Amino acid sequence: MAHRGPALLAATVLTVALTACASEGGGSGGSLVGEGTGDDCTIASPVPVGAALSLTGAAASYGESQQKGLELAAEQLNAKGGVEYELTVEDDQTDPKQGIAVFEQLTAADGASVIIGPTLSTAAFQAQPIAQDEGVPVLAISNTVDGITAQGEYIFRDSLTESQVIPQTVAAAKAEYGLEKVVVMHANDDALAEAGGEVFAGALDAEGIEVADTLTFSVADTDFRALLTEAKAADPDALVVSSLIEAAIPLVTQARELGIDVPIVGGNGFNNPKLMADAGDAAEGVVVGAAWNSSSDNPENTAFLADFEEKYGAQPDQFAAQAYTGLMLVDAAVRASCSGERDAIKEGLGGIEGAATVLGELTINDERDAEHEAVVQVVEDGQFAVLD
Amino acid sequence: MQQLLNGIFIGSIYALFAVGFALVFGILDRLNLAHPAVFAASAFIGIELVTVGGLPFWAALPAVAVVGALLGLIVERVAFRPLKGRPDAHFAGLISSIAVAGMLIALLQWRYGAETRRFPADAFPATRFDVLGAQVTLLQVVIVAVCLALVVGLTWLVARSRLGRGMRAVAENPTAARVLGVNVDRVTATTFAISAALGAVAGALFAMNVNSAQLTMGSAIELKGLAIIVVGGMGSLPGALVGGLLLGVAEVFAVQYLGSAWRDLIAFALLFGILLLRPQGLFGGRRARQV
Repeated sequence: MAHRGPALLAATVLTVALTACASEGGGSGGSLVGEGTGDDCTIASPVPVGAALSLTGAAASYGESQQKGLELAAEQLNAKGGVEYELTVEDDQTDPKQGIAVFEQLTAADGASVIIGPTLSTAAFQAQPIAQDEGVPVLAISNTVDGITAQGEYIFRDSLTESQVIPQTVAAAKAEYGLEKVVVMHANDDALAEAGGEVFAGALDAEGIEVADTLTFSVADTDFRALLTEAKAADPDALVVSSLIEAAIPLVTQARELGIDVPIVGGNGFNNPKLMADAGDAAEGVVVGAAWNSSSDNPENTAFLADFEEKYGAQPDQFAAQAYTGLMLVDAAVRASCSGERDAIKEGLGGIEGAATVLGELTINDERDAEHEAVVQVVEDGQFAVLD
Repeated sequence: MQQLLNGIFIGSIYALFAVGFALVFGILDRLNLAHPAVFAASAFIGIELVTVGGLPFWAALPAVAVVGALLGLIVERVAFRPLKGRPDAHFAGLISSIAVAGMLIALLQWRYGAETRRFPADAFPATRFDVLGAQVTLLQVVIVAVCLALVVGLTWLVARSRLGRGMRAVAENPTAARVLGVNVDRVTATTFAISAALGAVAGALFAMNVNSAQLTMGSAIELKGLAIIVVGGMGSLPGALVGGLLLGVAEVFAVQYLGSAWRDLIAFALLFGILLLRPQGLFGGRRARQV
């Protein structure tokens, strides 16, 4: 009924896009191998980079940030010279089915050398096998669920997993607030939120914090008062919530309305400046673990903050930082053997060790996951501040 | 206590939405499935009035009602009036109202994008009351008061006013009403306008209550609204009010005792249960239609 409109529109847009690609002949020639090494590498034809992002739908706010991060990175890399990147950003509409279609288009019609994305883990699980089968390397820039990279040797990521960040978050929150008893709330119909809930449960157990109750809800829910009333009855020291930002904002607002003033410890989905913009004062005291420390003073980060501010007139968030880093890592991988071909990029990504990035010193480990330091933040006066 | 209040807050919005549904159904015997789209549209328009237009939220509500009434007139003119002479006008109107709903949602997406929108955080005073150990915000009190006032006002309008007499005459027999000098077209259009205005206020209040407005919010409440008017007695206004409150409270207790995933199951189990015990609905009379 009412929700068919957008899908139809998208189908039309997609058809137009496909036709446009077909008329250009699709894909690029075999001149992706260049000469020179590292910074001197020169490749004749541009390296096609595909990005599958959620630009509309529930995850649109993440996708928008990611697009900005990627475009800034592409602009800087192309200005640097030697290797040119041709960035194609496609919208998966926060819909795994659409994610599959986008991956098919990027691998076949667009002939991408590497795909960046998709925005959400749910879409990643369904779309990545297409790239794996075609031998196209994928670099995930925001997926935090375990098992994303286990889908195949072509799948990499530069985002820390929930299981890397959450234990640090829980430990820091315990140290700060002396947590003894908490209530866990998580969505049970989204891969990210559900996996986050499980990781939280493990981390809480490891820290010896009692879980008084575990409450589940649906990603589409907007009215949490009944659940929150139940949570409040357990008189917890903190609420531990794993959900996407769309649910996080009404949940946090309604919790404060019901007089729940304890800290709210959130998963990766909370890691979004929209939380403070839309929940206002209610967001105060929300604790979030993050992969990116916005106040880090490493030279890559300070330059990134200044360049992003100059280009977009706004502060970047973690999703922009990870997306920016993603394309920078692709560049490092291309330059490692001076080739923009799929298998060369795959080898290059696997060999990244101790790279200086916006996220800090970053290594891709044997599981093709990124390893770098996490940071625990708390909302204070409408800003994320480092909790220490 | 807190849970009961939670149920009443959400239930009163359901009731307001369902009363709009029931009004058109009870008087005109038409099911207007563009009603949920008006519900969603008015939430977005309300947010725009507050964020861009700078209206305080209490001034935005009447404005939203006016916009809703206009949308109701458009829905009537586009989806129902051209088909009214056809022998299958009930069914044809149902389908064409779905079409109008689709168009409204597409326009909304074009205008506002697919993202969730919200009222600004400081749009309402954060005043909180403590009622018998339960936390109640001023906004929630306003929501219940507005809903009850509108439903009671509407009931009075239908029962007592000249317009209401016209409505009841049309409900009884449109041809006879026309013969007796009732302007049936005007009564029909007015009914649609009032119905949509109520749906619009419900949409804006819903968006305030849960602090988010989504394009799909109409389809989420659509089936609930239908269930409420069936439970309340097709077309019965007090039935829609009681049915809405009942559904809100039932949902909240379903969440508390069974879990959030059972929320919709409870709504529809309630529907079946009441239909088995009382096929005409809680307030339904012997006649098929009633105002």
